[in-house]
Amino acid sequence: MYITETFELPRNASEHVKEELQFLPPSKLNVDRVSKTFATRTGPLKALDEVSLQVAEGEFVCLVGASGCGKSTLLNMIAGLEKPDSGSVTADGLRVTAPGRERLVMFQEAALFPWLDVLGNVIFGLKMKPHLSRRDRKDVARYYLELVGLSRFEKSNIHELSGGMKQRVALARALAPNPRMLLMDEPFAALDALTREQLYGDLQQIWESRRKTIIFVTHNVREAACLGDRVMLFSPHPGRIREEFLIKLPRPRDINSIDLAEYAGRITRSLKGYKNGNGGVAE
Amino acid sequence: MKRVFLVIFFFFGLLLLWELAVRAHLWSPVLLPAPAKVAEYLKSAAADGSLWQAILVTLKRLLLGYVIGLLGGIPLGLLTARFRLLHDTVGTLALGLQTLPSVCWVPLALLWFGQSEAAMLFVVVMGTLWSVIIATDTGVQHVPPIYRRAALTMGSKGFHIWLTVILPAALPFIVSGMKQGWAFAWRSLMAAEIFVTILTGFGLGQLLHYGRELNAMDQVIAIMFVIVAIGLLADKTLFAPIERLLHRRWGTSQA
Repeated sequence: MYITETFELPRNASEHVKEELQFLPPSKLNVDRVSKTFATRTGPLKALDEVSLQVAEGEFVCLVGASGCGKSTLLNMIAGLEKPDSGSVTADGLRVTAPGRERLVMFQEAALFPWLDVLGNVIFGLKMKPHLSRRDRKDVARYYLELVGLSRFEKSNIHELSGGMKQRVALARALAPNPRMLLMDEPFAALDALTREQLYGDLQQIWESRRKTIIFVTHNVREAACLGDRVMLFSPHPGRIREEFLIKLPRPRDINSIDLAEYAGRITRSLKGYKNGNGGVAE
Repeated sequence: MKRVFLVIFFFFGLLLLWELAVRAHLWSPVLLPAPAKVAEYLKSAAADGSLWQAILVTLKRLLLGYVIGLLGGIPLGLLTARFRLLHDTVGTLALGLQTLPSVCWVPLALLWFGQSEAAMLFVVVMGTLWSVIIATDTGVQHVPPIYRRAALTMGSKGFHIWLTVILPAALPFIVSGMKQGWAFAWRSLMAAEIFVTILTGFGLGQLLHYGRELNAMDQVIAIMFVIVAIGLLADKTLFAPIERLLHRRWGTSQA
């Protein structure tokens, strides 16, 4: 059982709640030579070309590349929202064919439901667990709202929240069904720099306390270097993984540290190389 | 408080203008009765119960037809939004019939159902149904796809998504469709009641009609007041609270 010290469950919380908050081992992922072509008005567009990726249990992997390089497509495939034309995605030995709540997605825009309040949004994913009572769901949802620091806002309407708070709610909502893998699609892209920095810290902390396998799509190189154990570089047309960087920095990492800037600089130089058509430039 | 005062002042002013017009003998008192006359009719009609009876008959027809229209319209709208074939067929039919003023159904309704409650009901349902179908369909089309995707990843699917995501997400549209349906139903019922005498019950429209036959303009104007009052009341008690709720939830940008 894994419960952070910051939050005390109600004394009368049911066994179901404790079970629900239990630590689940993070997922292992294997993407094997997936390809995907989209039909567009200007002809077929090869979004992904034989992309392979292995992610270990509990690893934090960032996918970086220019827009249109297929990184979001890959994320959607891992989520089960899209099917590859060829190749396969396997999570924990099982082939991914449909969305499942072991792998939850946090989207780039706020995909929160405006007709529900904050608590209602976090509860939504718990409704598909029939063994939980209404009270159980509330207890679980409140635990995660506490984790993202928004307990005081459980009754708020979505439109009353700032962009950063919305993404915190989205994070709580994604964590609540206790997935074993978290898929994040540029979740902080729309936020201002200050809010983002704070969320980098929070996300790392949450990742420490409730370890999940995380796949994080971004076009922000510094963000990737700050968060990832590994950064995968994509090049567009067709979408391919060109290079991978291991980020060997201690955590928690500060986005403004010099070591991190150095990593980011190397990654950026590589990325620029693909744009100029020089192919993958080694460090 | 100031707002309330201004509103009272405005309507009192209108009443005063009316009284002045009568005093000035601009029109014959048969054509334009004094406000006091109208009030007198209302008082007597309320006292002998004929007014309450008429209101009851009319509201019963309206509510019954309206509820039937909603119960048919919302599911049909969801279906036309879900299946392209239904959208192209039933959706197009609904769009066409929505443009038809529902009073145009009255002659047909009389032939089909005779001078009966069924004819009245039919006209009200026709007034409600099409705009509710179209509003529901449009509402569903406007639901951002990301809601659906988010719900899918959280394990919701099929009917559950429709009930817990698509339907509430489309609610602002559906409510405005319900409002429009209500307005159409109300208008068409009044027209039908003025046209047709239904022996099983005298509604407000019929009272108005007999006012005209008897050349009793006080009765005509009084009933018009009642019709306006019911319309206002319905808006303030039925729709305004729902709209306020939507407004609060969604924020100012939508709804």
